[in-house]
Amino acid sequence: MKRPSWLLYAAAIVGYLFLYIPLAIVVVYSFNDSRLNAEWVGFTFDWYRKLAANDEMIQAAVNSLVIATVTAFAATVLGTMAGFAMHRYRSRVLPILVLTPIAIPEILMGVSLLLFFVLLNLTLGIVSVMLAHIAFCIGFVAIVVRSRLAGMDESLTEAARDCGATPAQAFRLVTLPLIMPAVIAGALMAFTLSIDDFVITFFTAGAGTQTLPLVIYSMIKISVTPEVNAVSTLLMLLTLVLIVLASKLAPGTLRSS
Amino acid sequence: MPGTSSPAEVAADAAPESLADAERARVVTWQSRDRGVGRWLVSGPPLLYLGVFFAIPILIMVIASFRFPGEFGGLAPIVEDGELNLTLEAYERFATDPIYWELFVKSVVYAALTTLFCLVLAYPLAMLIARSPKKYRDLLMLLVILPFWSNFLIRVYAWMIILGPQSIASRGLNAVLGPLGFEPVTLLFSSFAVLVGLVYVHLPFMVLPLYANLEKHDPALLDAAQDLGANAWQRFWRVTFPLSLPGVWAGAALVFIPALGIFAIPDILGGTGDTLIGNLIKQQFLETRDWPFGSVLSIVLTVVALALAGLAAWVARPRRTAFGSP
Repeated sequence: MKRPSWLLYAAAIVGYLFLYIPLAIVVVYSFNDSRLNAEWVGFTFDWYRKLAANDEMIQAAVNSLVIATVTAFAATVLGTMAGFAMHRYRSRVLPILVLTPIAIPEILMGVSLLLFFVLLNLTLGIVSVMLAHIAFCIGFVAIVVRSRLAGMDESLTEAARDCGATPAQAFRLVTLPLIMPAVIAGALMAFTLSIDDFVITFFTAGAGTQTLPLVIYSMIKISVTPEVNAVSTLLMLLTLVLIVLASKLAPGTLRSS
Repeated sequence: MPGTSSPAEVAADAAPESLADAERARVVTWQSRDRGVGRWLVSGPPLLYLGVFFAIPILIMVIASFRFPGEFGGLAPIVEDGELNLTLEAYERFATDPIYWELFVKSVVYAALTTLFCLVLAYPLAMLIARSPKKYRDLLMLLVILPFWSNFLIRVYAWMIILGPQSIASRGLNAVLGPLGFEPVTLLFSSFAVLVGLVYVHLPFMVLPLYANLEKHDPALLDAAQDLGANAWQRFWRVTFPLSLPGVWAGAALVFIPALGIFAIPDILGGTGDTLIGNLIKQQFLETRDWPFGSVLSIVLTVVALALAGLAAWVARPRRTAFGSP
């Protein structure tokens, strides 16, 4: 294969710098001994100490992790089913239900679920946030799984069936291992979307429940403080560990060879 | 489907002409029945879940758009004195005041610019990763995905720092512009800041589908194009880019739609003039508490987004190309 040209390298490096410089700045200033995120004054851990003493922040972090874990699990199971069903069967209703939550602006899901939960008299909180997150993550998982299935050699499943495998066996022994990278990628995506989600959470969490995005939002609306940098740095560290773990558990997750 | 007879089953009911035919018909029948049960088992749970937590809430919102606002916000009772209490008031308000239309046009422009800038930034990234040796692709893709794993608001907040009045960028820019006789420029709380934030937050949505597409391209196509005398530029525009269009449109839809309804980025990075449609919807639901009008705005937003996404899907529909059907 031809080597990419220097122009492509240069453009890609610009892309990577654009992705990383802002995050690097957040991390660097979390260790800066100054309230202003402006000039480097000196090294400190003060912002992290403040964070450790911030009960509201800790509770929010716990909430976020619980919600994201449950969401990733449920959305991956339901999304894989949906992706498989959409690939395999000619259904009209399922693709509409699965794909429209993605094909509509997030805010619509947020406000419609708010209406739904309020009219049902369901107390807004962790449960309502989870229910909402699962609903919008199913489609993302389904798309990843379906596109993997579409790129798969159909004759492999047919061969398994010809050799006497039941549909369930063909799925478990042939199809599932082949689409596993997509399933895990879908789970990672669902976890990310959930922990990252601000909009739907904003409408469905109610007044009493905090998640990390909600706390960060109210903090940066009121004042800029390096405490936000500190919590951001920790959150980034967590996701780094999770992704490394995921790629160890399932080599090839991010490689769609 | 259970309950309906497939042609194969009908054929099986008719007198089979030979044993082999009967056996084949039996297998086909068994497969199709089995497929019916399997289909129900696989599609049922996601159908049910999304029916309850997606379709019904949307339906409730559509109905809410025809209801009267409650005296203290929210919704007025739907049945009053035994009669349905519905109105077109909220739709009339939307249709008669041009300020809402202008807000929509502005939001579409912001989202379209975001999509374009994302495409320009994402393409080289996706292409480089797709053409790198296999052993590096994981790492390079990971490097694109990692920022996406950091919280949405953290990424917006990063630009608050970068564009803030005390930042190196702001002071550097003004140090250059000042001697040239320009007034000091404020980067934060501007349309520029909103656009930068929108592009930064949505960039990975563009890289992922593009990479998934580009990675599948057969490198032999480029070799063939080169053998036929195409230079690098022609190889890109006449082979790589046309083949990548499904990825481009998928990425465009993934960027455009969320960007259209966003309210947090204008809230945080924008100035007073950067209110978008999302901000108005948020205000109607949480501050003014005019739920019928908020519902109307949300429905119009969705119709606009779906119409544009439908257009993109139509443009990207699978077509037979010189290289066979994609």
